[in-house]
Amino acid sequence: MAKWLRAYGDREGDGMVQMTFTLAILPGDRAREAAKRFAEAHGLKDPLVTTMEQCSQQHTYFVAYGHSAHQIDVDTIDIAELAAKPLSREQIEAMGKELGRKIVVVGACTGSDAHTVGIDAILNYKGFAGEKGLESYKCFDAHNLGAQVENVELAERAKALGADAILVSQVITQRNCHKENAAALIDLLKKQGVRDKFLLLLGGPRIDNKLALELGYEGGFGPGTKPSMVAAFVAEEVIRRARGKQVDPRR
Amino acid sequence: MAKVPLDHATVDACRAAAAAIADDVQRFIDRHTTVGLERTVARAYGVTGADPEGTPLANALVDRIHKAGHTGRGVAYFLGRALYEGASSAQEAAEQIAYGGASLDVEGGPTTNECRGALELETQKAIARIDEARHARERFKSRFPEAELPLKYVIVATGNIYDDAVQAKAARFAGADIVAVIRATAQSLLDYVPEGPTTEGYGGTYATQENFRIIRKAADEASEETGKYLAQTNYSSGLCMSEIAWMAAVERLDMLLNDAMYGILFRDINMERTFVDQYFSRRIVARSGIVINTGEDNYLTTADAVEKAHTVLASQFINEAFARRAGLSDEQMGLGHAFEIDPWLEDSFLFEVAQAQLIRQIFDKHPIKWMPPTKFKTGDVFHSHVHDAMFNLAGIMTHQSIELLGMFSEAIHTPLLMDRFLALKSAKYVFGTARHLGDEIQWKPGGIVERRAKEVLHLAHELLVQVKGDGIWDAIGRGAFGDVKRKRTGGKGHAGVAARDPEYLNPILDELEGGR
Repeated sequence: MAKWLRAYGDREGDGMVQMTFTLAILPGDRAREAAKRFAEAHGLKDPLVTTMEQCSQQHTYFVAYGHSAHQIDVDTIDIAELAAKPLSREQIEAMGKELGRKIVVVGACTGSDAHTVGIDAILNYKGFAGEKGLESYKCFDAHNLGAQVENVELAERAKALGADAILVSQVITQRNCHKENAAALIDLLKKQGVRDKFLLLLGGPRIDNKLALELGYEGGFGPGTKPSMVAAFVAEEVIRRARGKQVDPRR
Repeated sequence: MAKVPLDHATVDACRAAAAAIADDVQRFIDRHTTVGLERTVARAYGVTGADPEGTPLANALVDRIHKAGHTGRGVAYFLGRALYEGASSAQEAAEQIAYGGASLDVEGGPTTNECRGALELETQKAIARIDEARHARERFKSRFPEAELPLKYVIVATGNIYDDAVQAKAARFAGADIVAVIRATAQSLLDYVPEGPTTEGYGGTYATQENFRIIRKAADEASEETGKYLAQTNYSSGLCMSEIAWMAAVERLDMLLNDAMYGILFRDINMERTFVDQYFSRRIVARSGIVINTGEDNYLTTADAVEKAHTVLASQFINEAFARRAGLSDEQMGLGHAFEIDPWLEDSFLFEVAQAQLIRQIFDKHPIKWMPPTKFKTGDVFHSHVHDAMFNLAGIMTHQSIELLGMFSEAIHTPLLMDRFLALKSAKYVFGTARHLGDEIQWKPGGIVERRAKEVLHLAHELLVQVKGDGIWDAIGRGAFGDVKRKRTGGKGHAGVAARDPEYLNPILDELEGGR
C-alpha cells in the first residue's frame, strides 16, 4: 500500500509549512495580498502572511504559514543509496589488516574552489564533530592536497602515490560549475586509460550519491557525512577489488 | 568594566619577539622586488589598458623586462629612460617597450639618476593622485555622522558587478556601515588584474578598477540617500596584492583585506613573493589612510579554535609588526579574529569572550575585526541565526570595532537580499539591547574567562619566542599557523621574485617611504 507523506505541524495531515521570501514591491495591502497569492500559487491553502517588512529600497520580506495541499508517495521514490553499511573504527582497521597494506587515499578541492572545510573534515587527523579523519586510521595513508588543485595535478599525484581512492570535494559552486569540473576529472582519467585504477568519490554540500553516480563516480557524499562513512566505503570497496571482484558494475 | 587581567610584561615581550621576526623578513624585503610590485609602479605612472586578449599593458611591459632578466633594475628605470629619450608619457613608453620592441639593453644610456629626474614630475603626479583621493573620501565622509561601533560589515557576492551595486545599496538601507564585494574564488591566483566591468564570476565578483568605481558610486549614492556613510572594502591579497592596493587607493576605498601571511598559508602563494608584495601594498595603504583587515580568522577554520587560539594572537602581533614597518598607524590596523569554537562545547561562549576581550585590551587603539562563525554552520538556518546572535552578543560585550555579520545561510549559498536584511536586524537588536553590558559587569577573579585569557597570552608568547628562534620561514614550514605547512621556495609566484640591482630605481617607493 502506498505510503503518503504530508508535512506535519501539530495534527496528522495538516500539511503545515512556513515560507520565507522577498518580493519586489513595497509593503501595503496590495503587497500583503500579493504575498498571499504567491503562497497559494505554491499550493498553500489559507496562507497567513505573518511578516511583511521593507528590506531594501524596492523589496519587502515576507513570512507566511499555510496548509500545503501536496503529498508524496514514498514508494515511488527511486534513489541510489550508498552500499556501505556504517562500520566501527575497529571493523575498518580489521579490514585494513586483512588487506596487508595501507590503503592510499588522495583528496583535494578541485578547480577554483578554495574551501577545504569538507575535505579537511574527512581526511585530516582532527576530523569533524568528534570523529577523527582518515589520517587517524592505521589502515589509511591519506594525502590532502588542499584547495584549488587542477584535475591534471590531482591525476598526476594520484598516479605517483599509487592511490586506491581519489576524493574530490566541491564546496563553492555557481551555475553547475561543480558538476562540469567533477565530470572533467573522469574524462581526463579515461583519456589517460587509468580510470579503473581508482575508486572515485565526490563530496560537498550540493552532492548526493545519485548525482555522483551520474557523473561517473563510485559514490557521493553530501552534507553531514562523517569520516567513518567514507572510511567504511573505501575500505570495503578496496577489499572487494583486492579479492578479485570487478570494478563497480554500476558504472 | 569586564576586563581581563593583562600581564603587560608578557605583552611587551610578545611585541619584541614579533619585531625581531619582522626585522628578519624586512631585510629580505628591502633587497628584493617582484613582478607584481613593478606592475604597480607602472600603474602608478599611469600605464593602463589591455590588449585584445585581455592582457593588461602593465603585464606585457613587466613580463618583457622580467624575461630579459632586468626586473632588478625596476620598471621605473625603463620608463624614466624612455621619457629621458623623448617619449611623451609613461603610457607611450610602456607601449614602446611592451609592443614596439624598444631596446632593453641596460649598458650605456642615461644614468639611474637621470632616469629618476625624468620621472620626477610623473612621480609627484602619481602620489598626488592617491593623496587627492584620500582627501576627497575624508571630505565626503565628514558630511555624515560617525557610525556606532561595532561597524556592521556585510558582504555581497553576486558575480555581476551591477547586481552587486544594487545589493550594496540595499545593504545600506538595511543598516550596513561597510560593504565588501567578495572576490571570485580563483582571482587570488591570477597574476594579472582583469580590466573593465565584469558580470560573470564564481563565488564572487572580480576585483577590477572599474568594478571598484561602480561600487564606490553606488555606495556614495546610498550614503546620500540614507544620511549615513557606507564604506567600501575589497581584497588586497593574492598575486596582485599591491596592484589592487593602488587601484583601491585611487578609487577611494575605505578598507582592504590585507594580511602579511594569508596568501602563503591559504592560497599557497610563495612566501618571499608575499612578504615583498605585502610591504609595498601596505606602503600604499598607509599613505591613503585605508584601514586594513587581517585574516587570522582563517586559522581557526583549518586548525582547532580552542587548541590554536593562541596562534591567532601570535599572528596579530606579527601582522602588527609588519604593518608598523610599512608605516601604518595603529588606527589603520584592523587585526582579525573569529568566533569559531565548536558551539556545542560547554562554556564555549566564555572562551570566545575571553579571547575577544584579551585582544580588545592588547590592541586598544586598533579597529579590531571580528569574524562570525562559519566552520560549524549547517543548513539549519534557524539554528544558525541563534549562533550568530551569540556572536553578536560577544562582539558588543567586548567592544569589537568592525563586525562582519554572520549570515544564517552561510553553509548554503552566497547571501540573498533577505539573509543580509535579517542579519542586520538581528545585529541591531543585540547591539542595542546589550550596548553597555560589558561596562556593567566584572569577571570572577580566577574564573574561566580570566584563566582562559591568561592561557592564550602565555601560549602566544611561547609560540612567538619559538618562531623568533626558528625564523618565520622555517616556522611556517613547520605549520606554526593554521596547521598549514609551506616551503620558502614553494608555492605560486616564486618565479616573479627578483633581487634588486644596486642601481634599482623605484621613486614611488622612495616617496612612500618618505626618505626612510
